[in-house]
Amino acid sequence: MRLLPCADSGLLVELDDLVAVRALHAALEADPPAGVIDLVPAARTLLLRLDPLRADVSEVERAVRAVRPVDVARQQSELVRLPVIYDGADLAEVAELTGLTEREVVVEHIGAEWTVAFGGFAPGFGYLTGGSALLEVPRRAESRTRVPTGAVALAGNFTGVYPRESPGGWQLIGRTEAAMWQADRDPPALLRPGVRVVFEEAE
Amino acid sequence: MSHGLEVLATGPLSTVQDLGRPGLAGIGVGMSGAADRSSLRLANRLVANVEGAAAVEVTFGGFAAVARRDLTVAVTGAPCPVTVGRRAAALNTVLRVPAGAELRLGLPERGLRSYLAVRGGIAVDPVLGSRSCDLLSGLGPPPLRPGTVLPVGPAPRQYPATDFAPAVCLPVEEIELAVVPGPRADWFAESALATLLSEPYEVASQSNRIGIRLDGPALARVRDEELPSEGMVVGALQVPPSSRPTLFLADHPVTGGYPVIAVVVAADVDRAAQARPGMRVRFRRA
Repeated sequence: MRLLPCADSGLLVELDDLVAVRALHAALEADPPAGVIDLVPAARTLLLRLDPLRADVSEVERAVRAVRPVDVARQQSELVRLPVIYDGADLAEVAELTGLTEREVVVEHIGAEWTVAFGGFAPGFGYLTGGSALLEVPRRAESRTRVPTGAVALAGNFTGVYPRESPGGWQLIGRTEAAMWQADRDPPALLRPGVRVVFEEAE
Repeated sequence: MSHGLEVLATGPLSTVQDLGRPGLAGIGVGMSGAADRSSLRLANRLVANVEGAAAVEVTFGGFAAVARRDLTVAVTGAPCPVTVGRRAAALNTVLRVPAGAELRLGLPERGLRSYLAVRGGIAVDPVLGSRSCDLLSGLGPPPLRPGTVLPVGPAPRQYPATDFAPAVCLPVEEIELAVVPGPRADWFAESALATLLSEPYEVASQSNRIGIRLDGPALARVRDEELPSEGMVVGALQVPPSSRPTLFLADHPVTGGYPVIAVVVAADVDRAAQARPGMRVRFRRA
């Protein structure tokens, strides 16, 4: 664990891997040190955002070092099933990049239980991990200026669903009608860190 | 709740802002809120609102509105000419705007963002607990337009305790901001931090509520690999491939994939939010 300073506005905790990030995130969420106003999990880091008027950075550092990480693997989190129509514009490209057939790409995508690791790109966008290693593909060389709402996409070892129309550089393999984000729903995001996701082929 | 203020003109950009949406970064929602939080707080204190009540953030003047009923207001932040009806009024004071009177905020002589608090607070519907307009995610009330009618909430029980507050003197040509190196200073050449702390930068015209783009000497990296996206804080000096830093303000992205060489201390972020395009910025170690 490495603690990196962000002046009086934050503390960036660098960890070995995503499992460690989730374990620390769960522990701090359950018992946040004084002055911590937000937790921002990412692939290898957890950012503690601090209220500069209330937080004492060295106290927060001490609290983080003293935390007992939560074993998240043993927590049974919510399972979301997402029906997908696999007709994405990059499906053929993904097949070529992975050496699979288009059909095999779909089978790999629906065959895994994914977990939302973290969010960040836009409200309601989740980075999902835990899928098949066969589906690892680079981002597109050029981003699209317009990716439609509900597009299901791959990049790196992540999959994700675009919550609304936006620019985007991920490889599009399909689309879902499920609403990823509704500001007046509680919770507004369907895919929150820790939620498990299974994709299903829509009729 | 009643309709209190009808917008007649907005200048380049006027938005409703409070202290933002903390606690939602995990689902991709940033803090947002007033770019200059201390000026928002001061405006609210003057009219005896809670500090985090929603107010209007006026960017570079040009705002006009007509009171639909008697209102008590205060203007803080960038010092701009204020008129109530035909009478000139002072910044950082408690002002009465009678029903039917026009309130105008002209071009600020220095600074960038003025704050108009109304006793009772701007009472548009909150989104996820905040009335802030987040220009990056599109959450909250859209930027104000001529014809927008802003509801004003019920007056708080307290009365204004003072008639005025001391004015902050904003710099005209150069602003100095204190930074703490890190979290990713080790991704840069040693000369980069020295450059940042000694050479002047200039506020570029593409700056907005998301961030201040800075022109100036390049900050060379020693690590070329891609940084996995990580959480960002307000005040972060993120260095994209252009090698010139961007200073993140209220609507900055929740996460970013470029390294942050240093972070401006919170107290100076408010002052940075008042820096105009063309101004010089100097960074010093906190």
